Amino acid sequence: MRRVFRLYESTIGKKIVMAVTGVLLVGFVVAHMAGNLKMYAGQEKMDHYGEFLREFAAPVLGHGGFLWVARAILLLAVAAHIRSAILLTRQSQAARDVGYKVTTRRESNYASLSMRWGGVFLAAFIVLHILHFTTGHIHPTFEHGAPYANVVAGFTVWWTAALYILAMIPLGLHLYHGTWSMLQTLGANHPRYNHLRRKIALAVALIVVVGNISFPVAVLTGLIK
Amino acid sequence: MELRSNAPDGPIQDSWDNHRFNMKLVNPSNKRKYDVIVVGSGLAGASAAATMAELGYNVKCFTFHDSPRRAHSIAAQGGINAAKNYQNDGDSIYRLFYDTVKGGDFRSREANVYRLAQISVNIIDQCAAQGVPFAREYGGMLSNRSFGGAQVSRTFYARGQTGQQLLLGAYQALSRQISLGKVEMFTKCEMMDVVLVDGQARGIVTRDLNTGEISSHAGHAVVLATGGYSTAFYLSTNAMNCNVMAAFRAHRKGAAFANPCYTQIHPTCIPVSGDHQSKLTLMSESLRNDGRVWVPKKANDTRAPGDIPEGERDYYLERKYPSFGNLAPRDISSRAAKEVCDEGRGVGPSGFGVYLDFADAIGRVGEDTIRERYGNLFDMYERITGENPYKRPMRIYPAPHYTMGGLWVDYNLMSTIDGLHVIGEANFSDHGANRLGASALMQGLADGYFVLPYTIGNYLASAKLDPVGNDHTAFAEAEAQVAARMQRLLDINGTRSVDSFHKELGRLMWEKCGMARTEAGLKEALVEIPKIRERFWKDVRVLGSGESLNQSLEKAARVADFMEFAELMCHDALDRDESCGAHFRTEHQTDDGEAKRNDEKYSYVAAWEYQGEGNAPKLHKEQLDFEYVKLAQRSYK
Amino acid sequence: MSETMKLVLNVWRQPDATTKGDFERFEIPDVSPDMSFLEMLDVLNERLTQKGQETIAFDHDCREGICGTCGIVINGVPHGPQKLTTTCQLHMRKFKDGDELWLEPWRSTAFPVIKDLVVDRSSFDRIIQAGGFISVGAGSAPDANAIPIGKEVAEQAMDAAACIGCGACVAACPNASAMLFTAAKVGHLGLLPQGQPERYERVQKMVATMDNENFGACTNHAECEASCPKGISIDFIAMMNRDLLKGAVQHPIELD
Repeated sequence: MRRVFRLYESTIGKKIVMAVTGVLLVGFVVAHMAGNLKMYAGQEKMDHYGEFLREFAAPVLGHGGFLWVARAILLLAVAAHIRSAILLTRQSQAARDVGYKVTTRRESNYASLSMRWGGVFLAAFIVLHILHFTTGHIHPTFEHGAPYANVVAGFTVWWTAALYILAMIPLGLHLYHGTWSMLQTLGANHPRYNHLRRKIALAVALIVVVGNISFPVAVLTGLIK
Repeated sequence: MELRSNAPDGPIQDSWDNHRFNMKLVNPSNKRKYDVIVVGSGLAGASAAATMAELGYNVKCFTFHDSPRRAHSIAAQGGINAAKNYQNDGDSIYRLFYDTVKGGDFRSREANVYRLAQISVNIIDQCAAQGVPFAREYGGMLSNRSFGGAQVSRTFYARGQTGQQLLLGAYQALSRQISLGKVEMFTKCEMMDVVLVDGQARGIVTRDLNTGEISSHAGHAVVLATGGYSTAFYLSTNAMNCNVMAAFRAHRKGAAFANPCYTQIHPTCIPVSGDHQSKLTLMSESLRNDGRVWVPKKANDTRAPGDIPEGERDYYLERKYPSFGNLAPRDISSRAAKEVCDEGRGVGPSGFGVYLDFADAIGRVGEDTIRERYGNLFDMYERITGENPYKRPMRIYPAPHYTMGGLWVDYNLMSTIDGLHVIGEANFSDHGANRLGASALMQGLADGYFVLPYTIGNYLASAKLDPVGNDHTAFAEAEAQVAARMQRLLDINGTRSVDSFHKELGRLMWEKCGMARTEAGLKEALVEIPKIRERFWKDVRVLGSGESLNQSLEKAARVADFMEFAELMCHDALDRDESCGAHFRTEHQTDDGEAKRNDEKYSYVAAWEYQGEGNAPKLHKEQLDFEYVKLAQRSYK
Repeated sequence: MSETMKLVLNVWRQPDATTKGDFERFEIPDVSPDMSFLEMLDVLNERLTQKGQETIAFDHDCREGICGTCGIVINGVPHGPQKLTTTCQLHMRKFKDGDELWLEPWRSTAFPVIKDLVVDRSSFDRIIQAGGFISVGAGSAPDANAIPIGKEVAEQAMDAAACIGCGACVAACPNASAMLFTAAKVGHLGLLPQGQPERYERVQKMVATMDNENFGACTNHAECEASCPKGISIDFIAMMNRDLLKGAVQHPIELD
């Protein structure tokens, strides 16, 4: 454990923490999107999937236990991710005490440059998303244990659907640069496969964004009722 | 002044071994009691500082650069010679020794050269162990190429950046000793004077270039590794900050300066593009393997090269030297280019350039093959000139790039001042009147890694060294003189910039003491230089203060020394009434324009003793005897 | 003769590290396209001297792109608009008549300004001193061919070793990070068999020193690679990250 904390003291250590938590979070986002594809299988399948998640490993963890364990891990990952990001951002800001009058970028792109504000936006969005579909606090007709109905009702409000669709832009950018950075930080590097790293990152981002956008679009167009 | 070479007697093959055995050693536990000052951190300085620290001495190392990694050794492209005979092509220590003595046109000390050839093999081992990424064959063994007309492949290289990689190796070894606390490194710290106590070099006075602070550093011995003086010509392939100040300050204090007229001119550099020109860029000589050199037949021909028909071109090297043609040796091609330009037949905006034309080669082997061979050189040419050498002939012109002359040293690399050692390009040692390609790196590292660290121990163990600190009055006096000199430069407040004087002096030197020298020209220069010097001290304008970074002031102090040093070069060139190697007196040439030596009268090292500003220096001669290499005339017919 | 052009330069002037700096505007009516960028500054300095104004301080030495001394941020790009080219090798034909240029020093807390466009890069030396070497004293080396090194590895090591230590990577990085510089040396020595005994110790020490010198944290923009005059690849950064992770887990060292 001491070694881990020791590593965390260094810049690269913090980046490794961001990358490892990033692996978890990317995995979650992909799984979350994939699970939600059950929406297309109909109300019964979707609600059953929700119930499955609550009942998974119930003999050991109790009803809903698995979800709470998963939530705890994700929450820790998010906390570590954010904390490292804040420390690294502060370090980088201190590393240039006087800025440039003129800045020209040659290689960085919108994704890489929007990581920090994109991250803040995503954090806020996640809070809204939980209040909306998990706890139901800001949902017009929330009903526990009925994810299908909740989604349909939630996205029927056009501006809510629009907000979700818009939120996928920073998510996509964050995933694209995050996945590529993750591979770079963890040293996944081989001359023969290096050209694939950007492509993998793009694929992950596109799959998640397209999948997620499809839900509000499907509700608004009446594909899912 | 007495010149004792201290070269050991006996068979040359054993002389270095015997000498090492006969030298006194400093007890390991006593080494830490000795402080050695090293000025300069190029190949020679960095390797010497690191090695002496490894042995246990306390080393203080000084550079005027912001980092020891920036010295001009870094710009050497081609490679480093070593008699490894890895190619099994008949190379040997003796052959490298022979080639070097002959290449130096029989004006070097045999024992030194033999030692250099012996040590060359250790250098490659050392550098490979340090992680210098030398070029390799597929089997993992070191790759070699032939270089500078050698008949064997003995040149080791790291792409076109051999000097950089060797310097970084030495810099890393130095960095290790800095981190261990055995070397104290002073960057942006320029040596302004050597301090002598009881005739021994016991320290230096420096100026911090960022703060202007003048301070003293005392030690038991001083090592100068401060490079060459090609910037005496203003335009050269050397870095902008290269200068002669450290060596010349030592010369003023009593160190003899040897063979200052031996300056090497490289034939293939990119020509001057205008008055703004600040330095010249060297292009590898290998280009002459495929390029044809020509100028228009008639003077002041301003037509584009493509518009000049074949019949109106003068392929002058092929005409004058039918058997060697475009591959004529460096000095011959350089002088031939100067001649045609002096006749008004030079090309390019300045009129000082000749064409190096690849059209025939491209027609013969195709553009792709030429690109494969010289692609990076062609790119560099295009970056600098904006012209595409595949379509339009290159323009080239000779430029000064290395100085064989330097402070006189004995076999132990000690100057005529006790305790003052001189290594690398700063000394005159091993190259005679002409240096072979890929030998500069070899000499710098030989001195630094394997010669000086031993010989300095002999000095420290045998000299009587009283305790001297930097509170000694000699330091206070030297500091006051340095401060007064800097203040004097600031106070002149004349009308002309330092650069304008440096350019004026450089042009004169290039004209009168450059590639080809005449008695009349040298005498004219000796009249002109004092006049320029006088104008300099009356009319130079150095703005700003001496208490912060002031690049004009730094330059002014360096150029001020060139104003005196240039005279020394001319005196030496005038005295040497023969041609040898890179020193070409037009009065003395063979029918085919080759340097004609006069071994009977001039087989000596000319070591000059300073006699005060404006006074002619005093000549001392170290006679050169050739026991092993037979004196012969070079021929390129 | 090529046509001359008129340029406007806004040059950062700062008398010393502690005094606040600002831009000073200069007009040069007759820039030759054949001049190098630094020769243009030489000409400007010559004229300033004539007018009795103190010259612009800028670092330079070899003027052939290898010593790593020069470096000016020109319109937001370290070493200016031409790729794989140092400031000294940049020629004025890359600009056009009427251009207005902004000249700034490398901006990094780890590179404090000394004067005008000159910065102090000694932090780079300290990173090397922390471990950027192979511990072999003169005299103890085996024969150079005793350790064969595959051509591919030697070439890759040379790619990394080509670093000239100019600091453009730091200047270009939105985070002022020194990862590319550090990774180049870690990569060069870590790839070679001679560098193996100290490989994991070296990377930990060098990274710790890099952090102490107040460089920023890499966020993988790759601006460093784009500005590197020697084209050193950020793949070496990935290699360093992996070595550090492995080193910290398998071969941890005590750092002070």
